[in-house]
Amino acid sequence: MSGTLIIAEHRQGELCQATLETITSAIKSHTPDIRVVVIGKQIEPFIEAVRIEGILEVIAIRTSSNDFDPDLYAVTLTMLINSYHPELILLPHTVNTIGYAAAVAADQRLGFATDVFDFSISNGIVTAIRSGYGQKVNVELGFPENRPVCLTLRPNIWKPLQANKAGIVIEIHPPVYSARCRHETYLEPKSSGDIDIPGAAFILSIGRGVADEKNVEEFLELADSLGATLGCSRPIADNGWLPKARQVGQSGKTASNCKLYIAMGISGSVQHLAGMKHVENIVAINTDREASIFNYARYGIVADMFEIAEELRNQFPE
Amino acid sequence: MKILVPIKQVVTLDEDFEFTPDNRDVDHDFHIYDLNEWDDYSLEEALLIKESNDSPIEIIVCTVGNEYADESLRKCLAKGADRAIRVWSNELKNTDSIGIARIIAHIARREEPQLILTGVQSSDFAHSTTGVATAGILGWPYAAVVNRFEPDHDFTKASILRELEGGLEEAMNIDLPAVITIQVGINKPRYASLRGIKQAQSIPIEEATPDSLGMIDSEIGESGSASIIKKMFIPEKLSTAIIIEGTPAQQASKLAKIINDFKGV
Repeated sequence: MSGTLIIAEHRQGELCQATLETITSAIKSHTPDIRVVVIGKQIEPFIEAVRIEGILEVIAIRTSSNDFDPDLYAVTLTMLINSYHPELILLPHTVNTIGYAAAVAADQRLGFATDVFDFSISNGIVTAIRSGYGQKVNVELGFPENRPVCLTLRPNIWKPLQANKAGIVIEIHPPVYSARCRHETYLEPKSSGDIDIPGAAFILSIGRGVADEKNVEEFLELADSLGATLGCSRPIADNGWLPKARQVGQSGKTASNCKLYIAMGISGSVQHLAGMKHVENIVAINTDREASIFNYARYGIVADMFEIAEELRNQFPE
Repeated sequence: MKILVPIKQVVTLDEDFEFTPDNRDVDHDFHIYDLNEWDDYSLEEALLIKESNDSPIEIIVCTVGNEYADESLRKCLAKGADRAIRVWSNELKNTDSIGIARIIAHIARREEPQLILTGVQSSDFAHSTTGVATAGILGWPYAAVVNRFEPDHDFTKASILRELEGGLEEAMNIDLPAVITIQVGINKPRYASLRGIKQAQSIPIEEATPDSLGMIDSEIGESGSASIIKKMFIPEKLSTAIIIEGTPAQQASKLAKIINDFKGV
């Protein structure tokens, strides 16, 4: 048992950024013999993009489609585990990986942990760190002996290195399998009208703390008077209190051009943070001093969001 | 026909909490229990399927946990689940989410449901593992992070939407029986009626053990798990936020200054 296996992920002709981060994590952690697997139809650009200095080889598996198929990925990973006997399997913690990795881990009796943000390997012993209890604690995990360990890695932790034609490319035939969950089409997000979270320089965002649909209007008005774009966390969009176009986070929009982000009544789930934690100036307003949003904020206000909103309105009349 | 809905009773921690002496968990005195938010949606989806079908459907909720977990099972019964199973024995301490999946797979083999609906993840540990792992053990089809589920009339296939990153959705078609992990927002979970709560009190909760489910040693507890918790610790503070103190008026006035500085006023 030796070596590292990484399955690349791509969608709609784009290599998933988290794949490059995963490869980088392996290189930086000096995991042995790194092999990167690229599965799909038009995979030439992805093969080149993953050839980062430090990898051993790219395994190209040509199939009839570019779209994700959970059974194809699971059967392929199983086949590669049984032919390469890797000690470590690294995958990006993405929606697609969530959609097949655990099936292989349980079936092949791998060591397994998800959403890992730090790991080490020494003398074949893998240790991984992830969050627990709503990010209030960190958990250090060990794994059963003499089994390959599969980790899915949290995105936006490792800064990706650039490809430079490193490693060699080999081809492997795809496995024979029957697809039981078949891709049909993609549905693009509904047009967001004039709401532009990615383009906004100043975002005022509200979360669960807003408590009721009837309270949303005053924050729309407040954002307006401050000259900010109103954003929100997932539960607010799920409840239909604000359109999905205002949702900041993994399944929503990324605050790409934001310079000032005021988070009101948002505790700071991993998914929300994914869309805004890079912003230079984050002001967190929350009644819970232990809320994880404060770990990412430049300024913190431990207070009721409604009281602060009311006082802010006095500062910014009209 | 049966729908199996595995649920988890999740934990939030008291504001101040302490670790157990071995540092491998938070002392249970500081645990506050509730039904996992995601499982509220998977139960609701099962109830909606039952209500829109002419043929009778039995909804079975199950969980792994000690008697504290009965509270969450009762909540599901009050909302309309027909039957509840709770699996526990002391050997199940230190069982991880893959180990939990091995237990659910045994329940599924016994009950032979046409569908397993469970939450994408739990709100406390967010492993996103149990549902898909259960399918891997059973050899069933599976789809994760589903925000629309429409079975065919004969329940052999279903049209689904998966919620991908950035608001993109993927339409797929899946063979049944299958395990589907349900994303929050797929429906609007109902509240239990007073009548439902009353009725739920009289429904017995089946208490099963790994033994009664026919599990073998290599499937149980740590042996059936894919990870072992070595220790827990408090995360290092990533950035020390400057805390703005004072009355709300004073805090807001400092915030106004930050906003004005940003705007160059």
